[in-house]
Amino acid sequence: MTELKLPSIEYGAIAPILIMLGAALLGVLVEAFVPRRLRHWTQLLLALAAVFAALAMVVVHADTRLVTIGGAIAVDGPTLFLQGAILILAAMALLLIGERSVERGGYFVAQAAVTAESADDRRQAEGASGATEVYPLTTFAIGGMLIFVSANDLLTMFIALEVFSLPLYLLCALARRRRLLSQEASMKYFLLGAYASAFFLFGVALVYGFTAGTPGRSAGVDFATVHAAVSGSPASPLLLFAGIALLSIGLLFKAAAAPFHVWTPDVYQGAPTPVTGFMAACTKVAAFGALLRVFHVAFGGAAWDFTPVIGAVAVLTMLVGAVLAVTQTDIKRLLAYSSIANAGYLLVGVLAPSKDGLSGTMFYLVAYGFSVLAAFAVVTLVRDADGEATHLSRWAGLGRRSPFFAGIFTFILLAFAGIPLTSGFTSKFAIFAPALDANQAWLVVAGVLTSMVLAFPYLRVVVMMWLSEPGESTPTVAVPGGLTAAALMIGVAATLVLGVAPAPLLDLASGAAEFVR
Amino acid sequence: MSNFPFLSVLTVLPLVGALVVALLPRRNPDLAKLVAFGWSLLVLVLSVVMWIAFSAGGDRFQFRESYPWIPTWGVRFTFAADGIALVMLMLIAILVPLVILASWHDAESSKRSVPVYFALLLVLECTMIGVFAAADVFLFYVFFEVMLVPMYFLIGSYGGHQRQYAAVKFFLYSLVGGLFMLAAVIGLWVVGGRTFDWAELVNADISTGTARWLFLGFFIAFAIKAPFFPFHTWLPDAGGAAPAGAAALLVGVLDKVGTFGILRYCLPLFPEAARWFAPWALALGVIGIIYAALLAVGQNDLKRLVSYTSIAHFGFIGVGIFAFTTQAGTGAVLYMLNHGLATGLLFLVVGMLIARRGSAMISDFGGAGKLVPLLAGVLFFAGLASLALPGTAPFISEFLVLIGTFTVNKPVAVIATLGIILAAAYVLWMVQRTTQGTLNPALTEVEGMRRDLNLREKLVVAPLIALIVLLGFYPKPVTDVINPAVQATMQDVGKTDPAPEVGSVQEAQR
Repeated sequence: MTELKLPSIEYGAIAPILIMLGAALLGVLVEAFVPRRLRHWTQLLLALAAVFAALAMVVVHADTRLVTIGGAIAVDGPTLFLQGAILILAAMALLLIGERSVERGGYFVAQAAVTAESADDRRQAEGASGATEVYPLTTFAIGGMLIFVSANDLLTMFIALEVFSLPLYLLCALARRRRLLSQEASMKYFLLGAYASAFFLFGVALVYGFTAGTPGRSAGVDFATVHAAVSGSPASPLLLFAGIALLSIGLLFKAAAAPFHVWTPDVYQGAPTPVTGFMAACTKVAAFGALLRVFHVAFGGAAWDFTPVIGAVAVLTMLVGAVLAVTQTDIKRLLAYSSIANAGYLLVGVLAPSKDGLSGTMFYLVAYGFSVLAAFAVVTLVRDADGEATHLSRWAGLGRRSPFFAGIFTFILLAFAGIPLTSGFTSKFAIFAPALDANQAWLVVAGVLTSMVLAFPYLRVVVMMWLSEPGESTPTVAVPGGLTAAALMIGVAATLVLGVAPAPLLDLASGAAEFVR
Repeated sequence: MSNFPFLSVLTVLPLVGALVVALLPRRNPDLAKLVAFGWSLLVLVLSVVMWIAFSAGGDRFQFRESYPWIPTWGVRFTFAADGIALVMLMLIAILVPLVILASWHDAESSKRSVPVYFALLLVLECTMIGVFAAADVFLFYVFFEVMLVPMYFLIGSYGGHQRQYAAVKFFLYSLVGGLFMLAAVIGLWVVGGRTFDWAELVNADISTGTARWLFLGFFIAFAIKAPFFPFHTWLPDAGGAAPAGAAALLVGVLDKVGTFGILRYCLPLFPEAARWFAPWALALGVIGIIYAALLAVGQNDLKRLVSYTSIAHFGFIGVGIFAFTTQAGTGAVLYMLNHGLATGLLFLVVGMLIARRGSAMISDFGGAGKLVPLLAGVLFFAGLASLALPGTAPFISEFLVLIGTFTVNKPVAVIATLGIILAAAYVLWMVQRTTQGTLNPALTEVEGMRRDLNLREKLVVAPLIALIVLLGFYPKPVTDVINPAVQATMQDVGKTDPAPEVGSVQEAQR
């Protein structure tokens, strides 16, 4: 009878995760015990405090490099960098989520269970205070993302995937306006997400089978074992390739890469805009964080085999995102396709098997997250009596109505188009240079060509805003509350600073660009 | 005095001015105009001081400054000017105040903010100076791209008919070229030892195949910018729709970035590739000269006509560059300056004519010389300068290009000479149809056509006319500055080449 041996746990290193999950549980209690009128601010402050506390712990442990909880969690440079990125972007998203002065009662429906379009529903749309459950849900999602980027075995990764996905499915359904669209988005996201999770899990099973029989090791799905198995397992490599393929499908779905992208435009359009921003920024960081870890740490030895396939996916993603963005007439869908194309560029960085590739990808994630959150922050402000005016034709002449916000949005669009002196340019450089270094000129050429295509839709919006005359239906831009204004300013300032003086963040990223196994 | 950081100050100064002008109250447009004008004069004064401080026989690159920017990638704010860049900087400094003066009332007709128009002109000046002053490839690329933004808004917000279409076309064409260049810039960085410093990259060892691809990336960007046939279709639209002042800067300076880029980056960095591609580039140049001239003959829109003449002139410049002789090269650089002066003048005068008539169609004019004799005279002079009449500055440059080309490549020189005849056709026919012959009765009813040049407009055209005549008779101060830089460039290209001069000597002996 052997004694049960408990793994040692480095509580300090996993403190950010514990703080976020603890705050989420606390949030559920707040929901039950705090009077309704105090809940909104209590929840918001709790969530923000948790994010900042977690961020502080990340900073404190900036030099920690270890594997803990029996090899389930790896705390290393990329983990800490990406956790920090997720937390900062999440704080911005929380500011947007907490805004209540733009839309009466906030962007979220009071009771999601009320039948959409019914009389009750219309009544509650008129200003009933929005559901405050969104804060614990968001906090859970953030916690899950923090685990996702630090998971050191495939099962932990799967659990983290579910922990952050389930709250997101719910959050998508909570838009105050256009309830049916919101519910459809949620349903679609949930169903497709469930399939993707199943693929991922099946991939884990195949990889587990593949690792069996590796000399000197027992079968397992932790990355060290998988890594050893890739070069030393006697099992058929078919098992490995099928496993990688299925795992990748699960991860690429979350990253919104083609051909697993079809949910993105619908969900981005239907979800409440702050949640869309949260997904576009934080989910992207988490998904690519996991992709980086899986491809670099676990399957690095098989890079020769998967690079052409994932490269093809990257090219397809860029093409689909760029070409379909041209035809969009809704600003949220346009940004969705743009985010798909950006997933393609990020994949180029993931495939560059060097320290520069890793740090470039991480830099890109942060830079893009700031810009995209700022973009969605502007979207929340352009509105008329029926809520946000997202149809592009409605943006005509916005530059005359409110030059300030049109100017900000133009700047963000120029950043997306990769014009120098914006973070969009430096991040493209950070990704393309290592790819060329790794002799993957074809990916860079594809990236450049699709950037040209993608410039057109951005430019169309700029033309719409500045060069068209305002029509009768041109909406006004709402005066942002303090929270939105803060998020917007942080996003724009970061886009500018990372474009003009990217050196500090680049140094931070390249200092962090080393995995532990 | 030569330790003074001329180039960085010159780059930043207009930007500061733009901020000041943009913040001036919208209700008082005259104040904004005066401040903008004064500011551009300040830049001019500083440029003149810099010209004097430049020692023509000294180092190839002078006024070098270097400050760290993004150490991770080895990017630095490095500025340095050779003779070619110095001439272009001078051209900018001269043209911008004149354009501001000429555009005094342009922005008022557009219902948009007047101070912003002048602020955009100053931002444009900042980026144009930056692009010629940069000696760091990354920095050059940054200015090259950012330059698009103020021009885009100048065309799109303050332009004439079809301005949206023209602005978007301009932006997309340039951006496409820029992205090709971005790929090449990154490639150059990777193979060139992770530095962007021009001086180091010149000595980088790049394999032949790679160099050709990189050359192509840069060349496409510059060929679109210049523009060379067949990448030229954006220019007539942009030039036709832009307000006259912005159009003068567009063809007078902005497009020179293309030919300047070829001289500064394509030839010295990839000499073998440059020689390999030279026949193709020459062919494009020659086609451009003839084709654009033919199209210019057929234009009915004044600004489009001038745009097409520019494309033909850029054909000449291209031929001069890729002939790889010092004569032709000097001619090409001199042409860049003279074309800026002559076509700038032509655009501004045409703009004055259009502002009076309210139409850019040649058929709406006729016999205008009887109403506005002075303006018609200036138009005639600008036209003659543009067709390179002896005695005007462009003649010298065109002549240098042709004889420099003739020594190495007779067919190209002969065909290019045909372009001169066509130039006479499009200029003289345009002048005849607008200002001479019987008076178009409709003209007399247009209020504006009864006013000849006023003092402000005389101040605009006088310096340009003076410079064109002066440089037509005595180009030495400029050629002295250009010659060493062109010689150095040709040496860069000819490193392993049997020197072109040898070929010409053999030719002569035969």
